[in-house]
Amino acid sequence: MKKIIFIVSAIILGALVVGAVDNIRPFGEPGAAPMDDHFIARALTERSSENVVTSIVFDYRGFDTIGEAAVLFTALCAITALFREGRKKQ
Amino acid sequence: MRPLSVVVRTGCDLFAWFLIVFGASIIIHGDVTPGGGFQGGAVAATFITLLLVAYGGKKVFSWVRMGIFNGMLLFGLMAFFLLGLMGFPNAFLYNFLAIPHEVVQATGHGVIPPSGTIALMDIAVGIEVAGALSIIVLSMFRGIRLFREGPMEEESGHDR
Repeated sequence: MKKIIFIVSAIILGALVVGAVDNIRPFGEPGAAPMDDHFIARALTERSSENVVTSIVFDYRGFDTIGEAAVLFTALCAITALFREGRKKQ
Repeated sequence: MRPLSVVVRTGCDLFAWFLIVFGASIIIHGDVTPGGGFQGGAVAATFITLLLVAYGGKKVFSWVRMGIFNGMLLFGLMAFFLLGLMGFPNAFLYNFLAIPHEVVQATGHGVIPPSGTIALMDIAVGIEVAGALSIIVLSMFRGIRLFREGPMEEESGHDR
């Protein structure tokens, strides 16, 4: 019974993987990317930031950067809690 | 850990400060060149790692005060958040200081770079990352030293 379930699910998974690989766009021909065009066209004229990556990270997707800062703060809290020195009990 | 040889310490004296300068340059020019707050902060935090490797823990812990790094971390976080809140009549994290490119070309800009909050947030995040990574390195180093001191009978660092 277990073997049958395993074989059936493996076949389904393999078919899905083959279908997904078959659906990939050919190399060097990306699909339509209106978001990219928007950022590349507006980053200099609208925000006058020569570095488009920074303008995306800190302006257009600033909320994501707040999350990154929170991740760093959480890692810091965890490491400080792990390695702190306490008083030894006498 | 004992300090390393004279050669390593002299090399550290020569080159360590350039790490700070390089990191500050990456942070400040975050909106015009490749790089930004996170990368520049990581470079600036390498300074304390180099000092730890070259001089050993005893000297470095007598030089630094963790409160400064804590202050850097909290200042960066709060500056980032407040700059986000200041754009609030329009939206959270709205870039209220940005000057369009044509205006900058025609009239120039003041002290604040024309990209507005992008540059300021770069500086804030750079200060935060430098402080946070320095605290992480220092506290992990202290933890190793604490572990090396020998077997501990009781769990230390619990319920201080």
